[in-house]
Amino acid sequence: MTVEQAAELTLTPVRSGVGVSVPRPDGTLKVSGRYAYSSDLWAADMLWGATLRSPHPSARIRSIDVGSARAMQGVHAVLTHNDVPGRRTYGVERPDQPVLAWDVVRYQGEPVALVAADHPETARRAVAAIVVDYEPLEPLCDGDAAIARGARKLRENDNEVHRVRIRHGDVESAAGLADVVVSGEYEIGMQDQAFLGPESGLAVPAGDGGLDLYVATQWLHVDRDQVAASLALPHDLIRMTNAGVGGAFGGREDLSVQIHAGLLALATQRAVKMVYSREESFFGHVHRHPAKLRYEHGATREGDLLYVRASIVLDGGAYASTSAQVCVAAASFACGPYVVPSAAVDCVAVYTNNPPCGAMRGFGAVQVCFAYESQMDRLAAALDLDPVALRRRNAMAEGSVTPTGQVVRQPAPVNELLERLRARPLPLAPPTGGRDPRELPGGVSNTTHGEGIRRGVGYAVGWKNIGFSGGLDDYSTARVRVSAAAGEPLVEVHTAACEVGQGGITVQAQIARTVIGIEHVVVLAADTGVGNAGSSSASRQTWLTGGAVEAACRAVGEELLGRAADRHGLDPRDLRLRDGGVASADGSVVATLAELLDEPAEATREYRPRRTTPLDENGQGDVTMAFAFSAHRAVVDVDVELGLVRLVEVATATDVGKALNPQSVEGQIEGATAQGVGLAVMEEIQTVGSRIRNPSFTDYLIPTILDAPAMPSEILELPQPDAPFGINGVGESGIVSSGPAVMAALRMATGRALERMPVRPHELAGATAAGGASA
Amino acid sequence: MEFLQPSTWEEALAAKAAFPDAVPIQGGTDVMVEMNFDRRRPDVLLDLGRVRELADWASDAGSLRVGAGVTYARVIAELGAMLPGLALAARTVGSPQIRNRGTVGGNLGAASPAGDSHPPLLAAGAVYEVASAARGARRIPAHEFYLGPKRNALEPDELIAAIYLAPAAGGQQFAKVGTRNAMVIAACSFAVAVDRSARTIGTGIGSAGPTPLQAPDAERYLAGVITDEGLWESGRLPDEAVLERFGALVADAARPIDDVRATASYRRHALTVMGRRTATWALRDGR
Repeated sequence: MTVEQAAELTLTPVRSGVGVSVPRPDGTLKVSGRYAYSSDLWAADMLWGATLRSPHPSARIRSIDVGSARAMQGVHAVLTHNDVPGRRTYGVERPDQPVLAWDVVRYQGEPVALVAADHPETARRAVAAIVVDYEPLEPLCDGDAAIARGARKLRENDNEVHRVRIRHGDVESAAGLADVVVSGEYEIGMQDQAFLGPESGLAVPAGDGGLDLYVATQWLHVDRDQVAASLALPHDLIRMTNAGVGGAFGGREDLSVQIHAGLLALATQRAVKMVYSREESFFGHVHRHPAKLRYEHGATREGDLLYVRASIVLDGGAYASTSAQVCVAAASFACGPYVVPSAAVDCVAVYTNNPPCGAMRGFGAVQVCFAYESQMDRLAAALDLDPVALRRRNAMAEGSVTPTGQVVRQPAPVNELLERLRARPLPLAPPTGGRDPRELPGGVSNTTHGEGIRRGVGYAVGWKNIGFSGGLDDYSTARVRVSAAAGEPLVEVHTAACEVGQGGITVQAQIARTVIGIEHVVVLAADTGVGNAGSSSASRQTWLTGGAVEAACRAVGEELLGRAADRHGLDPRDLRLRDGGVASADGSVVATLAELLDEPAEATREYRPRRTTPLDENGQGDVTMAFAFSAHRAVVDVDVELGLVRLVEVATATDVGKALNPQSVEGQIEGATAQGVGLAVMEEIQTVGSRIRNPSFTDYLIPTILDAPAMPSEILELPQPDAPFGINGVGESGIVSSGPAVMAALRMATGRALERMPVRPHELAGATAAGGASA
Repeated sequence: MEFLQPSTWEEALAAKAAFPDAVPIQGGTDVMVEMNFDRRRPDVLLDLGRVRELADWASDAGSLRVGAGVTYARVIAELGAMLPGLALAARTVGSPQIRNRGTVGGNLGAASPAGDSHPPLLAAGAVYEVASAARGARRIPAHEFYLGPKRNALEPDELIAAIYLAPAAGGQQFAKVGTRNAMVIAACSFAVAVDRSARTIGTGIGSAGPTPLQAPDAERYLAGVITDEGLWESGRLPDEAVLERFGALVADAARPIDDVRATASYRRHALTVMGRRTATWALRDGR
């Protein structure tokens, strides 16, 4: 931040600026069912696209016969890999995924052919009429098996997508000094983003030979790069606009309908709409990596951590997606927000024939948090120490060094977060009888009237990166224009930042109002008509695009001050914006904005945060732009006979830097917490032989309001250095430690080891008196 | 697709006779889901939603006749006191929206082993009235109605008219296990009905076999102990060991499998626990 940027440009306080819970424009529309999602897109005379997907997780394609599908009335196009004019593959990090499979299919649900027809039902029937001759192969179903000696190679070299090796300090010597060593093997199932709006979009062929694409996505520019490559069109002929997003959580970072709808639209020269069904959606986006994590912690008798050894296998499924970056994140955060003098971490992401896995909220930090926090509880038990005391004793703080050798140069209030949670009064213990069933494990299913219930309390603390890591050039762009509309100044903010439900539109407007001092701000639709904003992921968008909006607003404000100074022969440094005009420092108005806006003032700015560096061969480097820290305390009631759970309360403490919109911040924390506890107790895509068994919301369960606990938030605002307004990202931190806190509480209630998340009723059931019910 | 919408029972039966493959639809909470998932594409849909005769219930000579079109919401609101077991099960069905649309008759038509209505109807000894245009009405006892997974004893030209059962003459309970505390399909479920006038115990097991099941050994055992020990008269609860044994016999009657919702062994375990607990509550309720 420069000194100039620190100075206020305006003397006018705004009502709906930063720090205020400005209501979001989409809120009422969404809860009243009137919001236009991407699945509501419509064009006159449009066709409907549908996708033929592989029923096999692994097979050779002998032939594809589209003859009868093509002959069906109402069918306008049937396309296969032969009809992809450009690059035959795509991928957000590396292009290894076929647009349409040609010789082999590598996961169940892989796209093989496309149909455009004048009715969605016709399109589906035509899809069913395509005959593909497959030679099924034995799928590789397990991450460990994929890297075992002699495993069938799914790629030319080996089955590794990416490997990170961290060597920090001297683990061998540390191991010799440890008084206590605990080890454990942990497992995490495959979580789905479970967004409510299925993949959908509309591709409209344009008169210039190009394409207008309206798709619900997280990152317009990288989508466009991939679409352009596969359609063999120059970038400027592809115009992308974000359509109404019904949730993302990482699941829209990879392409879904983008290239497919584009191919069909160009082939038919008609607008083509594609909408996945709920079932198709489960096959149409990547999931969270299932993981196996083997850990060893060594500590002194007093409870000082000496070393951590960790070996982590992430199952990336059939294609690379963002596995490499997830692998970097998992490795970087593998030891938790603790001072760990020596660490040896080996983390590998592998190819299998399972559903492709990639970005999901928490991005690698979630999996390792379950393992390191389980280990901290295990260590506390071995040392006969209080679990919170052990954590606080080893807590990282500002100036601590991470296992990648990075010095944490920002607030790192791990100790304070735990202290805040510990200080909160516990919810009342359950009364003995006559309770509303909704307050009991099993809820309305009437499984207990108080029998078998034990209470447990668990703590967990987590950390995660903000922004892109490991040397990636992370930046965002904003264009801001101030003009006179009917004599009143109007600020228009234009970015390509995707609103995915996080409240980005609201906060961009708040920033513009605060910087320029004008209440009337319009945020334009996010599209590729303006520069890259980066992805709405990695908890980065408010920081980076917010930074770009702030910079562009400042530039526009300075332009207006400059105009006033020029016209009145004044020094712009003595001028400020004020109440629709420009005033001198004493407050007297020099010029009205209407007068200065005879021509609109416009500025485009890029915002770049501090650069990170890649990891070296020992996994050392300043990989992380900034850290987010949060902690959870979970209170659970468990029916230990039936293994059913009621989450009583999951309290959070988070450092948010500065809450630009407190209500949105709370919403992010609560939403992430709910998604995290879902992972702990129910959310899992189950596969058998690499086939998904539960591709529906009937059997992929997410928490209902009866399952969601009370989620009180302790919000710390410790200003983040170098960030606009001192903010920190808040989109993900709530998901990292919420599940592990619930697991810790379940362990206390049941006395069981519970090394797998999500935990299943049969694993919780049948607990004995060990573990106790004290709370 | 043909869409038939009769407004009287007579017309409905005539339509079913004319189109035996027609799929009856009431609230649509099952049929429409199957159609949306493309699992079923019936050539003819027979909408029974306008058939007035199906939408009512009545009390007659100590028995209740509940029309096949009575929704779960109405079972809860209007029949809860007389049919507490069925009402408890109805409360666990889906969400409020589903309970406003879904019907007990639809549950019987679908005959899913996971249907929530079946266990309490089996436990209460319900009888189902079905009818055809050609042969008129006939009655099928609940325990003879379920033939296999999603298969029931209806002939192709028949429709379900009503359910007959007596108001509870003792405690009735229902419990179901799933990994969510609301809006969950049963991993397994259990219903028990104590009949203090007939001095019998009725049972129903859901989602732990190819069809909804009963546990006759468990029924006879518990009723026998209560009778032998004079507990009908005294109102005392049987010993914990007796209730434990009852739960074990319930689990023995199940024929569960491993599937996406639970393992077979967990289902048996859960039935043991639910059997013991619900029998305890039902015997305590009706004293």
